[in-house]
Amino acid sequence: MRKTSLDTLPAEGGLGDEPLLAVDNLHVEFATRAGVVRAVNGVSYSLRPGETLAVLGESGSGKSVTAQAIMGILDVPPARIPKGEIRFRGTDLLKLSDEARTQVRGQRIAMIFQDALSALNPVFTVGWQISEMFRIHRGMSRRDATAKAVELMDRVRIPAAKQRVNDYPHQFSGGMRQRIMIAMSIALDPEVLIADEPTTALDVTVQAQIMELLAELQRESNMGMILITHDLGVVADVADKISVMYGGRIVENAPVHDIYQSPAHPYTKGLLESIPRVDLKGQDLYAIKGLPPNLLDMPTGCAFHPRCPYRQDNCVTDSPPLYEINARRGSACHYWREVLDGDQG
Amino acid sequence: MATKGERILEVRDLVKHFPLTQGILFKKQIGAIKAVDGVSFDLDRGETLGIVGESGCGKSTLAKLLMALERPTSGSVVINGRDMARAKGAELKRMRRNIQMVMQDPYTSLNPRMTVGDIIGEPYDIHTEVAPKGDRGRKVQELLEVVGLNPDHINRYPHQFSGGQRQRIGIARGLALQPEIIVCDEPVSALDVSIQAQVINLLERLQNEFGLAYIFIAHDLSVVRHISDRVAVMYLGKIVELGRDVEIYDKPAHPYTQALLSAVPVPDPEGREQRERIILQGDPPSPANPPSGCRFRTRCWKAQEICAEQEPLLEIRPGTRHESACHFAETHDVVHAG
Ligand SMILES: Nc1ncnc2c1ncn2[C@@H]1O[C@H](COP(=O)(O)OP(=O)(O)OP(=O)(O)O)[C@@H](O)[C@H]1O
Ligand SMILES: Nc1ncnc2c1ncn2[C@@H]1O[C@H](COP(=O)(O)OP(=O)(O)OP(=O)(O)O)[C@@H](O)[C@H]1O
Ligand code: SF4
Ligand code: SF4
Ligand SMILES: [Mg+2]
Ligand SMILES: [Mg+2]
Repeated sequence: MRKTSLDTLPAEGGLGDEPLLAVDNLHVEFATRAGVVRAVNGVSYSLRPGETLAVLGESGSGKSVTAQAIMGILDVPPARIPKGEIRFRGTDLLKLSDEARTQVRGQRIAMIFQDALSALNPVFTVGWQISEMFRIHRGMSRRDATAKAVELMDRVRIPAAKQRVNDYPHQFSGGMRQRIMIAMSIALDPEVLIADEPTTALDVTVQAQIMELLAELQRESNMGMILITHDLGVVADVADKISVMYGGRIVENAPVHDIYQSPAHPYTKGLLESIPRVDLKGQDLYAIKGLPPNLLDMPTGCAFHPRCPYRQDNCVTDSPPLYEINARRGSACHYWREVLDGDQG
Repeated sequence: MATKGERILEVRDLVKHFPLTQGILFKKQIGAIKAVDGVSFDLDRGETLGIVGESGCGKSTLAKLLMALERPTSGSVVINGRDMARAKGAELKRMRRNIQMVMQDPYTSLNPRMTVGDIIGEPYDIHTEVAPKGDRGRKVQELLEVVGLNPDHINRYPHQFSGGQRQRIGIARGLALQPEIIVCDEPVSALDVSIQAQVINLLERLQNEFGLAYIFIAHDLSVVRHISDRVAVMYLGKIVELGRDVEIYDKPAHPYTQALLSAVPVPDPEGREQRERIILQGDPPSPANPPSGCRFRTRCWKAQEICAEQEPLLEIRPGTRHESACHFAETHDVVHAG
């Protein structure tokens, strides 16, 4: 049983219509010497148990900052959350006490970081680091906790787990370290797992192993998963739905099949078209022109307008809301109809 | 000047072993990391050879050997008929002009304290014959224009440019000495997806314009297919398969290539449940102690006794039309990323 000493903690059990996790109009800003960086400007997405949401987008678009806000690991200051809610089973995490928040973090919402080498502590054995989860959060004895660590290393398929439990992180390959990170993140059976670029630093063959492992763990426990990535292949493989970010905003939300078949935002469309295709060999690749936006000096109106082939005059002045296309899709483009139909601006 | 299609680079039995030593005062060699272990291939003028393979298989070491930044343990790198691996002094300097490199990381490979003009013009310090002092500024501005940057930005510093722009600066520098060969080691991996396509298009345009030959190292297999005429697949210091892009991608004959291609996620969710995937078990063995016979045998599902005893050579095998290094090579149609 989970310890629920605090009555403010989110309930467990059936959810009804309520999503497991809902980010609602989240804003995050950083005070920097150069000015206020508005890294997240009204992000909304939601997740149900067993579902995989892929968050896609350019470098610096706010994917990780949103995840860090959900985990409650942003440094405040310089970070500030001026607006928005993060509801976990209906409870706004941003209104919880620090103590209650700590109970949620790692136990009910867990995260895997991109760089396993720097996320693991080089001076402790991997067994000690995994078993720490059980000693701290479950009050287990050292011996029981170590037994649990071996069990978990087995579960993430580290060969000869029993012999390797006392090895240090540098004695493992990149793929194995990522497995150890995964072991730590699922140690306490979280309901939500946030994986921030879990395979970016790895080879494709190892990536395939890790993605398969994550899918299996998810099937076993019905975890909801938020997968942050810029790999359109990985997304097509595992996601149920997708949120595309650009300049700190969601520009498109859609089920995976819809978005690959007919994107409703020019940025998404550009990304999909720039994938090299066999039949286009020898021709120029489609390239989105121009540069990603500078958060300190965001374009007026629609942030994508300097790069957009569909741009009209009002795009320069009016920031598009996230228009509802249907109950499951949204696009932050004034001209989403034209984009869906495929006729260029 | 040679003409298109003519051989400009011949690499033969190239080997690079890094010594593994023990002891601090009296270093004793206890073994060697066999980073590159017998690699041979040719490159023609205007051609692109893609090189793929897992981390640590020796791609960057190979690149450094081609550039004569590392001296080979044995083997030869013959450029336009002359062996660069054995050249010294003035001759080596002259040969180096002909082969230049574009590096992976546009953020750290440029000196932050030098202006863009100085960075791109730096090769002229060594090769003064290419651009006399007074001519340099104009040459650098020309290069900036060629790679699609504003020639007026010649006095700016790297931090004033985006990642994609910095990669263009690296490319401009690579072009400064008008080489015939450019070695690109992961030239787009550090860039955003939306910027990668811009840089790849630029590389292709420059190739057509100047008849450049490329060695193109990358881990993104669909990018390699797009840009390459031929592709070499490396595993633990050796080339295990070499052929034209269609042969490697559509008819791979080596089990490792087959596994590698099937691991690439297809950017299309249709039919994903039915997709067949070869998931390799375990990690590649250490290059300090590679398996006997075929180096892939510890992870190969087709391995037989002979695989441990006899090293399979890179050659054209029965039933295939390109070279592969497997005793049981047979083509296999893979569904993979375009
Ligand atoms: N502590 C901080 N102080 C100031 N700015 C920050 C801080 N952390 C993040 N940012 C800025 O917030 C923006 C969003 O960053 P974030 O890490 O969320 O991007 P991302 O979408 O995850 O990108 P990537 O794909 O490169 O990981 C960036 O412009 C980043 O520079
Ligand atoms: N200077 C060196 N001294 C000792 N070992 C080295 C040295 N340079 C490379 N190695 C080793 O040689 C092997 C091949 O390394 P290399 O950098 O060529 O691989 P790579 O294929 O470029 O990998 P990646 O895809 O990660 O860039 C690795 O095992 C590496 O650790
Ligand atoms: S709102 Fe206008 S500028 Fe923005 S994406 Fe749509 S068409 Fe392009
Ligand atoms: S030679 Fe043997 S072990 Fe090597 S790839 Fe072929 S079948 Fe596999
Ligand atoms: Mg990030
Ligand atoms: Mg390398």
